[in-house]
Amino acid sequence: MSTSTARGRRTAKPKAQKPAGSSEPYLRITGLWKAFGEFLALKDISLDVNQGEFICFLGPSGCGKTTLLRAIAGLDPQTRGTISQGGKDISELPASGRDYGIVFQSYALFPNLTIERNIAFGLENAGRPRAEINARVKELLDLVGLPDQAKKYPAQLSGGQQQRVALARAIAVSPGLLLLDEPLSALDAKVRVFLRHEIKELQRKLGVTTIMVTHDQEEALSMADRIVVMNHGVIEQVGTPTQVYRHPASLFVADFIGETNKIDTKVAAGKAKIGKAAITFKAEDAPKSGEVIAVIRPEDVIPHSAGPKRAKARGSRGANLIDVKIDSMEFLGSYWRAHLGGTSLAGVPMVANFSMNAVRRLGLEEGIDMTVELPAERVLVFAKAG
Amino acid sequence: MTRKLTLIAGVFAAALNSSVAFAATELTVYTAVEAEDLKRYAEMFNKDHPDITINWVRDSTGVVTAKLLAEKNNPQADVVWGLAATSLLLLKTEGMLEPYAPAGVDKLDSKFVDKSNPPAWVGMDAWVASVCVNTVEAEKLGLPMPASWKDLTKEVYKGHVVMPNPASSGTGFLDVSSWLQMFGKDEGWKFMDALHENIAAYTHSGSKPCKMAAAGEIPIGVSFAFRGAKSKADGAPIEIIVPSEGVGWDMEATAIVAGTSKLEAAKTLVDWSITKTANEMYNTGYAVVAMPGVAKPVKFFPENLTEKMIDNDFEFAANNRAAILEEWAKRYDSKSEPKG
Amino acid sequence: MSDIGATLPQGRPARIRLDNDALVKRGLMIVIAAYLFAALALPLYAMLSKSFTTYSFDLTRYEFQVSDESGTNWSEPVTAKALNDKLSAVPPADLDTISDGRLPATSFFPDFSFRSPVKYRIRGTVENAPYLVGLDPFNSIEWKEVDSNTFRRVMLRPVQSRSLANYKTYFSTPSLFLSIENSFFIASVSTAITILLAFGFAYAINRSCMPFKPALRLIAMMPILVPSLLPGIALVYMFGNQGYMKELLLGESIYGPLGIVIGSVFFTFPHALIIISTALSISDQRHYEAAESLRASKWRTFWTVTIPGARYGLISAAFVVFTLVITDFGLPKVIGGQYNVLAVDIYKQVIGQQNFEMGAVVSVVLLIPAIIAFIVDRIVQKKQVALLSARSVPYEARPNRRFDMACLGWCAVVAIFILGIIGTCQFAALIKFWPYDLSLSLKNYDFDRMDGGGWEAYRNSIQLALLTAAIGTAIIFTGAYMVEKIDGFRTARGLFQFLAMLPMAVPGLVLGLAYIFFFNNPANPLNFIYGTMTILVVSAVTHFYTVGHLTALTALKQIDKEFEPVAASLRTPFHRLFARVTVPVCLPAILDISIYMFVNAMTTVSAVVFLYSTHTALASVAVLNMDDAGDIAPAAAMGMMIFYTNAAARIVHAILSRGVLSRTQAWRFR
Repeated sequence: MSTSTARGRRTAKPKAQKPAGSSEPYLRITGLWKAFGEFLALKDISLDVNQGEFICFLGPSGCGKTTLLRAIAGLDPQTRGTISQGGKDISELPASGRDYGIVFQSYALFPNLTIERNIAFGLENAGRPRAEINARVKELLDLVGLPDQAKKYPAQLSGGQQQRVALARAIAVSPGLLLLDEPLSALDAKVRVFLRHEIKELQRKLGVTTIMVTHDQEEALSMADRIVVMNHGVIEQVGTPTQVYRHPASLFVADFIGETNKIDTKVAAGKAKIGKAAITFKAEDAPKSGEVIAVIRPEDVIPHSAGPKRAKARGSRGANLIDVKIDSMEFLGSYWRAHLGGTSLAGVPMVANFSMNAVRRLGLEEGIDMTVELPAERVLVFAKAG
Repeated sequence: MTRKLTLIAGVFAAALNSSVAFAATELTVYTAVEAEDLKRYAEMFNKDHPDITINWVRDSTGVVTAKLLAEKNNPQADVVWGLAATSLLLLKTEGMLEPYAPAGVDKLDSKFVDKSNPPAWVGMDAWVASVCVNTVEAEKLGLPMPASWKDLTKEVYKGHVVMPNPASSGTGFLDVSSWLQMFGKDEGWKFMDALHENIAAYTHSGSKPCKMAAAGEIPIGVSFAFRGAKSKADGAPIEIIVPSEGVGWDMEATAIVAGTSKLEAAKTLVDWSITKTANEMYNTGYAVVAMPGVAKPVKFFPENLTEKMIDNDFEFAANNRAAILEEWAKRYDSKSEPKG
Repeated sequence: MSDIGATLPQGRPARIRLDNDALVKRGLMIVIAAYLFAALALPLYAMLSKSFTTYSFDLTRYEFQVSDESGTNWSEPVTAKALNDKLSAVPPADLDTISDGRLPATSFFPDFSFRSPVKYRIRGTVENAPYLVGLDPFNSIEWKEVDSNTFRRVMLRPVQSRSLANYKTYFSTPSLFLSIENSFFIASVSTAITILLAFGFAYAINRSCMPFKPALRLIAMMPILVPSLLPGIALVYMFGNQGYMKELLLGESIYGPLGIVIGSVFFTFPHALIIISTALSISDQRHYEAAESLRASKWRTFWTVTIPGARYGLISAAFVVFTLVITDFGLPKVIGGQYNVLAVDIYKQVIGQQNFEMGAVVSVVLLIPAIIAFIVDRIVQKKQVALLSARSVPYEARPNRRFDMACLGWCAVVAIFILGIIGTCQFAALIKFWPYDLSLSLKNYDFDRMDGGGWEAYRNSIQLALLTAAIGTAIIFTGAYMVEKIDGFRTARGLFQFLAMLPMAVPGLVLGLAYIFFFNNPANPLNFIYGTMTILVVSAVTHFYTVGHLTALTALKQIDKEFEPVAASLRTPFHRLFARVTVPVCLPAILDISIYMFVNAMTTVSAVVFLYSTHTALASVAVLNMDDAGDIAPAAAMGMMIFYTNAAARIVHAILSRGVLSRTQAWRFR
């Protein structure tokens, strides 16, 4: 991917998705760079976030997502570029002069203060009357579902509870922007899933513009209104969860979000060669010839037919059918994962997820020959990086 | 935070100032007079001059001298009361003393007054070298009673003699200086070479050898008569020997430090320091005092002491001090093996 | 990715505007850095420059004229230099001298006779040409005429210049040079013995199931509460010529290396024990289980698992002990006899011979091993910390009667040694007149009759200790907070950290001497603190800065680094966070720093011995001075007063810590 295309996409897409009626974006980041000595952690980042939106910065560790968040928070100032919030240039404001609440992975609860004092910490400084503070604290405790824990110390709560307290503390002063830095990473899987839902609900209820940093794609997909996929300090794609999943703008995005079969191949005459088969595809801006990488997700590999009916079914639906053999199968609870082989694939490794139903219906099992379909609209083709 | 710091600073300052707040005039007086006498001296003085408070800075002669020299460009003391004349001569050559002829200076023995006019310092009393011998330990060890300095170089006393280091102790220096004056330069060093063979330790202070002898730690201590008499009075089994060749001595003397901001009070103190009352006060410890006819015999003091005092050349002592100490250090400081 | 080629556009980096917080933080850091600069860096610089200050007779500065016997006809003026070149009367080496040097003018007139009627004239050729006539100083370019009897009393005085001459003199004076050897010998032997004893003790505490562990640990820590010279006094009573156990030495003298080593082992033992014990306590049970499953013998396990696991602790302890011994001055002063060591040389040069320049030279020499030891210790400590953070299963000892009894035996020997020393001091303090009158008496507590400052010295010491604890803790903790929790300001923080670590490498005696040079200079605007309690507090705080700083840093590092951002996002100023969260959470560490400062300010001799004055005589120095004056029993009595005060302070600290813990640290206990 080249810089120019990346920039083109960033400027084009957010505008298209701006909700009707809203004028200026709430948060606008323009041409942001961050250098740590020689190393460039952020390279020319531009991004608009709308009022009330839930944005996720998603990417592998070291991609710059936390750096970007800390720049927005004024904790690690950018090297170049500007940030404006609510129409006001905040690029050089200190953290204390900006308007946001923040929640960290470590919860960062003050260990020597009770839960209520933690939540009241920001309120007390604003010099509001005690009664008002107490009422607000109670309201917040109810909001995060911890009405009985006011007098406890943080260490007496579970991780999930602590994170909810941290959230309550962050929103106590009604900030315009809520920043969440990997808030769920330290929690175990079940709590994580539960809290995802809770945070999303809370955000919807309060309507607060929220940016969450995560490396967990499931988290991003399930919570975000829009996902900002980052890699090596640049934004790879900005889009709704479906967009980034279904229409990844780059091989990186395709590969990072969800599972993929990546096939190193060539395109000739508009068709991609996979094993011995030539496959059609519908991607618009995909290269029409040359070295490419074809990508298809395991769940998009459709079990077409198997066993004796195979020959008959063949040809009934045109192209993109490949004869394969199931080398092995793993039971993964709600579906089966099949590792495909066979002469047609000619050694190209391919993984497919087959539903329980399909497996039962077609009588799929290890060693069996079958035909799979690679739907043209599901096959993605990317130029090979130079 | 800042308010807190100011508060702490305030408390701090108050704590420091509390002790200097009230008295009318305070004099900082450097001295090498024995600690146990200081209180008495100050009380006696205050009887006549209650408006002047004395703040003593007391240390051994060497230390006080060093301190004064170190503060040459920024003197902290107002008066020096009770420091070896040799040291005061040294300070005089540095231009550190304020010449002043105290009222009644003519009543003093002229030996006890600086030769310049007005004198840079005035003497109080003489402080005379002596040898303390622990009779109990000497008997145990079969040591004969020494009668002369030369006796101390005898083989039998090996490791049983302790003397002060002349570099740090005024007593130590007056010993060395007297030996060099009595025996002459070459003989003097020869004597010390021989004595060195018998020395168990060179102490930092001049009174320690006598106290060590009193405690039986080392049976023979080269010290000064006054200390010996005190230890004897405390019940120590010691005999004070006045070596037959003669003994070195030094004066305790008084001077005003040049540049003091309290010149009037300082003059009052120096005036008082040569009164009859003061001389009688010195006499409780010292057999020889500056005002003739005042001295009464001091208990436990060796009787023939005054006769044995050598004719001390203080200028020789002051001008050769550096050279003598350097030579001494070269010869004896390298002694690395301890002697039992 | 092709983006790798992206380059930063021209422009200036965003500069976050400073809010009040940032200004206050920077201000505080500058204040504390300025403190360290004035209390450490500048004095050391003054000392270094003093060590290059030399005094020599500059013969070109003096001119003489000699008359004939009639006393009216004068010769042509001739400089002393010209005369000396002709006569070679004074060899060049003798022209280098000390600040107090004198050179007789008659040296240049071989046929001088004080009875001759010849007269002499002397004058300076330049403004600064000091000389004495008799005892009167002159310094003038006017002729001064004297008769021959007076001329013999004319002495040239040296002038000041800068050169390496002091160092040359130092290294060519065998008696001084020998001290280096002696110091290294003493420090090495003491280190070896202390480490062996402390390792055994720590091993027994950590790896055995012996009884009486808490009591033994308590006893082992006792030496920290007394001045380092106290064991010297006890040793005199035990093994001196009138010592009650002197037969044990088989005729050896306690005065000298033997006494220094025994005393050094006593006062360095707890320091070594703490470090080694920490190192042993972190070792991993699983290594031992592995060794056991491999059927390794106990002996083999010891050498292949225990020792390597504790190696950083051992190295670190060895260097700490080495530095403590080589820089200690009180002990060799009391019990060293004629055995010269570097630290005592500094004292002797300065106090005894008033040779400040040579004192500065010896200080610089003493700084070298101290700095090397300090650097090694820092490197090793870092590795030790790396070991600490690894996840390990703590070792749990299993009872083994024979092994446990052996451990108890080892520890009991050490404990008896420590109690013996302290007990002897107390005993000595109560005896009327050792060894002739053994009746009990309190007369040795009548400090006002002795050298050293009397009871006022004791009160001063308590005042110093309290002030050092209060002010030192405030400065150190705030400084550490700035280093750890401030953002940006990188270079300044680095410099600050360096300044904060430096005191550990500077022996107290060296610091004290440096203070004389720096503060006792009328040109210094801080000159007014010279001779006050303030300079003692500054000296003590600075001397013990590093350990407090490290303690504070460790505590602060354990605090979530996101507290400051959270507070900022809640628009709460940092001082509120500091007061409401940081300080309460770090209170145990803060109390530890306070007691450390208190105890050390009570016991230190070296950091204050050059700096105390009239109003500020101190108990620890009084111990030294009373011993110096031969009042050993009162010295022991005062030493024990320090011991009891520190013990009481420790108890108060323990009670306070517990109270504070239960009140403010409730969160620690679920």
